[in-house]
Order: sequence, then C-alpha cells, then structure tokens
Amino acid sequence: MLESVLVANRGEIARRIFRAARALGIRAIAVYSEADADWPHAHEADEAVLIGPAPARESYLSVERVLEAARRTGARAIHPGYGFLSENWRFANACEEAGIVFVGPSWRVIRQMGDKVGARRQMLWAGVPVVPGSEGPVASLDEARQIAGEIGYPVMLKAAAGGGGIGMVKVAEEAALAQAYATAERRAQAAFGSAALFVERYLTEPRHVEVQVFGDGSGQVVHLHERECSIQRRHQKLLEESPAPRLSTALKERLTSAAVKGAKSVGYVNAGTMEFIVQGEEFYFLEMNTRLQVEHPVTEEVTGVDLVQAQLSVASGEPLPWRQENIVQRGAAIECRIYAEDPAKNFMPSPGTITRWSAPHGPGIRLESGVAEGCQVSVHYDPLLAKLVVTGATREAAIGRMEAALETFVVEGLKTAIPFHLRVMRSAAFREGRIHTQMVEQGAFNA
Amino acid sequence: MPEDVKAHITGVVFQITSKVGDSLAAGDPVIVLESMKMEIPVESPRAGKVKEIKVAEGQTVQEGDTIAVLD
Repeated sequence: MLESVLVANRGEIARRIFRAARALGIRAIAVYSEADADWPHAHEADEAVLIGPAPARESYLSVERVLEAARRTGARAIHPGYGFLSENWRFANACEEAGIVFVGPSWRVIRQMGDKVGARRQMLWAGVPVVPGSEGPVASLDEARQIAGEIGYPVMLKAAAGGGGIGMVKVAEEAALAQAYATAERRAQAAFGSAALFVERYLTEPRHVEVQVFGDGSGQVVHLHERECSIQRRHQKLLEESPAPRLSTALKERLTSAAVKGAKSVGYVNAGTMEFIVQGEEFYFLEMNTRLQVEHPVTEEVTGVDLVQAQLSVASGEPLPWRQENIVQRGAAIECRIYAEDPAKNFMPSPGTITRWSAPHGPGIRLESGVAEGCQVSVHYDPLLAKLVVTGATREAAIGRMEAALETFVVEGLKTAIPFHLRVMRSAAFREGRIHTQMVEQGAFNA
Repeated sequence: MPEDVKAHITGVVFQITSKVGDSLAAGDPVIVLESMKMEIPVESPRAGKVKEIKVAEGQTVQEGDTIAVLD
C-alpha cells in the first residue's frame, strides 16, 4: 500500500479522501490556499502545506506548486479529487515524471478522453453509440451547415476542447446557424484556447444517466451500476440518485455493458465514469470523466463499496477488490448538492460567511461537508459546500428521508440550494421518476 | 450624460464581450464575470455607446465596482 498521499483539492472531497487514507493507514497531506487557511480541510490531514494565494490558478490549479508541496513532504502519491487538476493530463504526466503516483488513469487516457472528438471516435470504434453529428471538429461554417442539414435541426454546437456545458450553443434552425457559430467559436476560444467546434443533434428532454466503472492494472474492468443525474442547472448536476428510476432492465444492461466495453477499449485503470444521454430506449455516449465524481457516494451507498479506498488500493498496484457478480445494487440513494447559490435568483452565486451550520443526522443520512461555522465562502472556487446523501430501502423511502433531512438543515449567512431541493422532493414529477435534463430551466421546480 | 456600468456581483472578469465604440441595447452584455465557476454577464443598464472599459480579463472586481462607462 502507498505510504502517503497528497490531496490536491479542497473542501468536502479533500476531507473524504483523508478519511479513506486514514482507514488504510496512509499518511495524508493537505494543501490549501491563503483563502482556505481556516477551512476544515487545512487542519485535518497529518500535514498541511500552504500553496499560494486565493486564485485557483496560483494555488490548486498550479502544477508546479502542487508538485513542490509533494516533493517537500515526501508524498508518494497525489489524489487530485475532482475539478482543478484532476483531468489535466499534463499534470498526471508531470507526476509520473517526478516519480509520484497519480491516483487515477494514465495521462495518455486522460488526454485521449479529454479530447471530446477523439473520445467520440474511440467510442464509435469500440461500438458504443454516440450522438449523431460531425465525426470531428468542423472546418468551417459551411461544413457545419451541411452536417446540421443532414442530422436535422435543432443542433448543438460544442467546443471540441470543452466540458461542463461551457461554450455550448443550441441552434434551432438554419437561419440562426451563422450567428450561433460565431458565438460558439468565440466562447470556445476564450474558455479553452481552441475555437474548434463540433456539431451534434440536440436532444429534447433527454435524461442523463452515467455508469461508474473501475479498472485495474491487469486489464480487468467492472461497472458499479448507474446513477441518474438529470436534475441540472446550466448543464451541471444538482441532484443524483442510484438506481435510476424508470430504467428498463434491458436498457440498463445495454448501458452498463457499453460502459465496460468503452472503458476496456482504452485500457482504463482506476475509477471513471461513462456519461450517457438517454432518450426513450436509446442511449448515446456523452463523455468520460477520468476521475472520481462528485456524486460517487450514491454508488457507495447502494453497493456498499468504498470507491476512494479502492482508488488508493488500485493506485498501489493492487488488483480490483471486487468481482462483477459480487457488486449488487441494494436499496436507493439520493444526493443533494448543497451549493452556495440562490435558487430564487436563477442559482446566482451566494458568497459570504457561514454564520450558522446545523446539519441533519440520523440513520440513513450521510453528510459530506467541506465547511463549518465561520467559514468564508469566496468567489474563487466552486459553490459546493456539502453533499447530503440519504439511503432508503426503496426510492420512495429515500425521498421521504431526504425531505425530512432537508427540512432540518439550517444554514445562515448565505443562500443555499436547500429550498430548491425541498421542492424537488415534493414534486409529483420527481416522485414518479419522470425527469429530464431540461426540467430546471423549464421552471418545473419553481416556487 | 455618461453612466457607469457596475458589477452586480463579486467575481473575476472572464470575458470582455464589448469594445469601446460599440452601440449596446439595454440588457446587452458588456462583460462576463466568473464567480464560483459560473459565468455571469454584466448587462448594459440602458442603450448607449461604450465610452470606456475599465477592467481587463482575469481581474477581480467587487460588487459595485465600475466595469465600464457608457456615453
């Protein structure tokens, strides 16, 4: 087993990884920025290193500063968590060159799957369905027009180098294409340093269903079932659950086997997620996240495995700790992301100081929190304060438990997504499992 | 009469979407701020020409700071 691990992240996920390291007897090393000196993650590891000022590019996103902290503390491995450097292949490569184990897949796989066009080609080759669209970046507006005409409007223009929904532009009809193309190119260039775009069919009211996969160094890949992640704002998830409601056994079987096939085709090692869009009984590969997901706890709750411990173990060169037939989904789990956002104002950021934090607890309730009373929530990082995860014997029981937990969750000093989540739990559509990715923007859960 | 365009939220300048001399309608984005990894446009409060842009990409602005001036 690894002797030590530096966690190149902050907030709840840093604490989650410390916990796994502690359980395995691995020395945990934290890094923190000046803005986070009073945050819990800066105080809960065996060692902590100040790596720079508040802006992420000068601290958590700085390859050099993170590596320097690892060298200085003699860290044998780096766990990147999610976000920040987790999908930066150059960082993973720099770790390898420095003789430090990167807890994740190889930098080559990160690079391959991080190029959305390359990932799409790879999946087509592996026999995994992809959304109808251009096979690679389009060379010109004329080519975009021709492809859009073939696949039919509405279409989506996406940054080839992008992710997280940034830079996507929907085009309803041919007349709007030229202007949308210019907008998308500009956004892609600004956000990702490359204006390359591809064109895809725009799906109406689809679901987002993803499959957790896990591979080891011997080429073995298993899946840990699916997560339903359709409740989103601005193409980012707010709430996730497992199992996915109203998913036929046949479709689930096709999804999980496609996920394993896709991951095997790139020699995937460690934890990863294959994301799909589902419409009716059809599904299409969206992207692969070559890291631990924010929503990994719902999978842990229904399967009983510890994904982060398994990540550390596989990164040490151990084989997968489970066989496919032993990974069983039991009960239902739901996660609500407690964001510092104002749901009454279209989820605008709500930075500020947490003056009161009274979180629910009890059987079937798990809280993954990065904060405490007195924490100053700054503009520099993403707004995730905590994740409230509940489990029940059935989905209905989990919804009831989540509703009760949210009702007792008190946060003061800033706005949070808690009132939004309560409305979701009380909505008939959600309770019946009739959900899709466009519900939030359509106002389905408005007060 | 020139009018200041102020940031309505604290954030970092992600993108400057207008330039000096541009004619904007009320509600057009002048710049886009990034706060907590969200992109939020600062919109023009009225129709008018951009006289001055007072921020640069990557700069941190506080709520209430002047980011541009309309002619």
